[in-house]
Amino acid sequence: MSLRSLHAFAGGVHPLGNKNTDVLPSIHLHGFPEVELLMQQHIGPPCTCVVRPGDHVDVGTMVGRADKPMSVPIHSSISGTVKEVHYVVSANGTPVEAVRIESDFKHSINPFCRPPKVESFEDFIQMIRDSGLVGLGGAAFPTYIKLNPPKNKMPDTLIVNAAECEPYITADYRQICEHPDDIIDGILEVMKWLEIPKTIIGVEDNKPLVTRIFSHEIKKRVYKTGKHPDIEVRTLKTIYPQGAEKMLIYTLTGRKVPPGKLPIDVHTLVMNVSTLRFIGLYLKEGIPLTRKRMTLDGSALNTPGNFIVPIGARIQDIIEAAGGTREEPKKIIMGGAMMGVALDRIDHGIIKANNAILVFGSEETTLPPESPCIRCARCVASCPMDLIPCGIDKATRLRDTEMLEKYHVMDCIECGCCTYACPSKRFLTQSIKNGKVMVRAERARIKKEQELLAASEQKGGNAPS
Amino acid sequence: MKLQVSHSPHVRDKATTQSIMLDVIIALIPATLAGWYYFGIRAVLITLISVASCIIFEYISRRIMKRNNTISDLSAVVTGLLLAMNLPVSLPLYMVVIGACFAIVVVKQMFGGLGNNFVNPAIAARIFLVIAFPKAMTSWTVRSGSWFSFDSADAVSSATPLTRIHTSEAPSLWKLFIGDKAGCIGEVCIIALLIGALYLILRHVIRPWIPVAYIGTFALLAFLFGKTNVFNFAGDLTVLSGWGDLFHECCYMVLSGGLILGAFFMATDYVTSPLTTKGKFIFGIGCGILTFLIRYYGNMAEGVSFSIILMNILTPHIDNWTMGKPFGEVKENAKV
Repeated sequence: MSLRSLHAFAGGVHPLGNKNTDVLPSIHLHGFPEVELLMQQHIGPPCTCVVRPGDHVDVGTMVGRADKPMSVPIHSSISGTVKEVHYVVSANGTPVEAVRIESDFKHSINPFCRPPKVESFEDFIQMIRDSGLVGLGGAAFPTYIKLNPPKNKMPDTLIVNAAECEPYITADYRQICEHPDDIIDGILEVMKWLEIPKTIIGVEDNKPLVTRIFSHEIKKRVYKTGKHPDIEVRTLKTIYPQGAEKMLIYTLTGRKVPPGKLPIDVHTLVMNVSTLRFIGLYLKEGIPLTRKRMTLDGSALNTPGNFIVPIGARIQDIIEAAGGTREEPKKIIMGGAMMGVALDRIDHGIIKANNAILVFGSEETTLPPESPCIRCARCVASCPMDLIPCGIDKATRLRDTEMLEKYHVMDCIECGCCTYACPSKRFLTQSIKNGKVMVRAERARIKKEQELLAASEQKGGNAPS
Repeated sequence: MKLQVSHSPHVRDKATTQSIMLDVIIALIPATLAGWYYFGIRAVLITLISVASCIIFEYISRRIMKRNNTISDLSAVVTGLLLAMNLPVSLPLYMVVIGACFAIVVVKQMFGGLGNNFVNPAIAARIFLVIAFPKAMTSWTVRSGSWFSFDSADAVSSATPLTRIHTSEAPSLWKLFIGDKAGCIGEVCIIALLIGALYLILRHVIRPWIPVAYIGTFALLAFLFGKTNVFNFAGDLTVLSGWGDLFHECCYMVLSGGLILGAFFMATDYVTSPLTTKGKFIFGIGCGILTFLIRYYGNMAEGVSFSIILMNILTPHIDNWTMGKPFGEVKENAKV
């Protein structure tokens, strides 16, 4: 059942796995006094808030309605009373409308939540949208958009991302260990409604148990139904960023997603195991996406582990409920150690795509000073996108957008490999991100210039005043 | 609570500039010790003076330019060590200091310090010394008296193997390999250099592409177009010694002079060599061709320094030519 992949992408790094929490069963955390639900928890326009202070909500009551395309609804994760609708600054620094709900500690579930009836593809897509599901691997791309590709680009392969290549995080691993049946259900549903003939589950070879769990689960299905679903489990080399979409597709199928294109352009659908598990679960229970499994780890914590928390719970409350800290945290990261965001305050409510909180104590928190680039080319060798990070860094510092374009700065996936590998400890990823901003601004400027020029030519050569 | 905020990634590899430089120093130790063994205490003195003056010049020039102190990154030590290894043992000591000054102040710090020099400082200093003091830089001696003797009367002057290849005094390949020959302090003992190079490769400090391409290209050219080459070879290939004669010249040329030192320790200098693997091969092949041309057709026997420095100058262009396409970039009509 388990085959090793033939393709390997160039580059990548080997940070310490630090999967300290992989043997710890997930723990449900309850009893949060309040939650703060942001009205934008996905890539796309924000939701419209449909509750007012004083309203009573149950678990699963819609609080944010998705009016625009690319947007998915947001549901209350606890039962209680809406206290406030206000603007807050999200973890990545943008102002977002948020709903503060105070808990009544009853945990009553909205009576309208019941298993959905799915009879057609349109039902399926509507069901996915109503559930509030986004890609739970971290990108928060609305799943209903992903599952509804244009008709000329139907996928022929479903890739299940179980690589989980970020250090520390074991939430997906625990998801697989604890609910393999729901995951297979989710896979079969997606295969059924999108008529995808083949599924490949990609697992890094540092998690041999996962391969066996899935093989066992598939055998159970064969026994139960008599049909052998075309689901294949493949082991991947343990290397960061194995779980990056483009790298995963290449390793498993040999297809390369061109720059600026999506997996669907090479007829591939990539979904995270947790996303698929939610689909399987939602079809059984009908409760929208209100809880999230996340890894809490780091040397400052008393009891690292995996916890299932209501979406919107404040980070400080989660850390407290999960056992508290044993030393003053020096750095708190929302997400993984390679791509996560370091927080300056910890009263943010968690959002759908969060899958880890790392609470670093003094032993892990280091910020070595930058020294000059010695052109050792370790960044070049580590770049999975075959870019030249040190060259981009130089161009950014020179504010040279022409050179940035020549170095293909926009193709960077911001995985952080170059910064990890750099012996001069340069902030290459940060510099590249800045470079992207410069290029976008320059492109917009050129576009505007051309529009003005075109407009002035239409008017008969007069320069616009 | 005061939290540190920085951009991702939040974990870093252990390697630092300093640890890389330390690895290079460790890798140079066997060859340095071998040089000391063959050339006596004067070689020790030259090495110490070269390293010390490089550190001092680095400190002073950074101080004068009002920049931060960078001695701790150990790059000046590496330059000093490499420079000493590239000097003949009989060189007057003040010339060593002048060479160190040129390497650190002119080549390195005036262009912006570590990472910004466009040619290898040690090689540039060596070439500077060869041009400024041609006699002192090309008088080769081998030790004849006591190891502890500073007196140059105890040394007898000798020609390098390169200038003696077609004479009856040409040393055997084994002598070339273990270092019992005339030459610069660090370049003589090939086995010690190879041990150091192996260390660098195993520690992933250097990649073998440049040395392999460099030595390979040079050996191939010497084999094909040398004095006794594959075309005019008259020996008897039905016996084993015939094959030995056939390969003798190219092995002899590879083992003599500064080729091994240059290929593994100077051409692989990060700052002045290309970034991509393709570029590294082009760089190595270019070095090999230039070394062959200078050694066989130039009037200076020593071609390694000149070829490396010429390729150093070409490095930015090689980087431009070899800049690859990003992952997934395909031609318009290519099928997926």
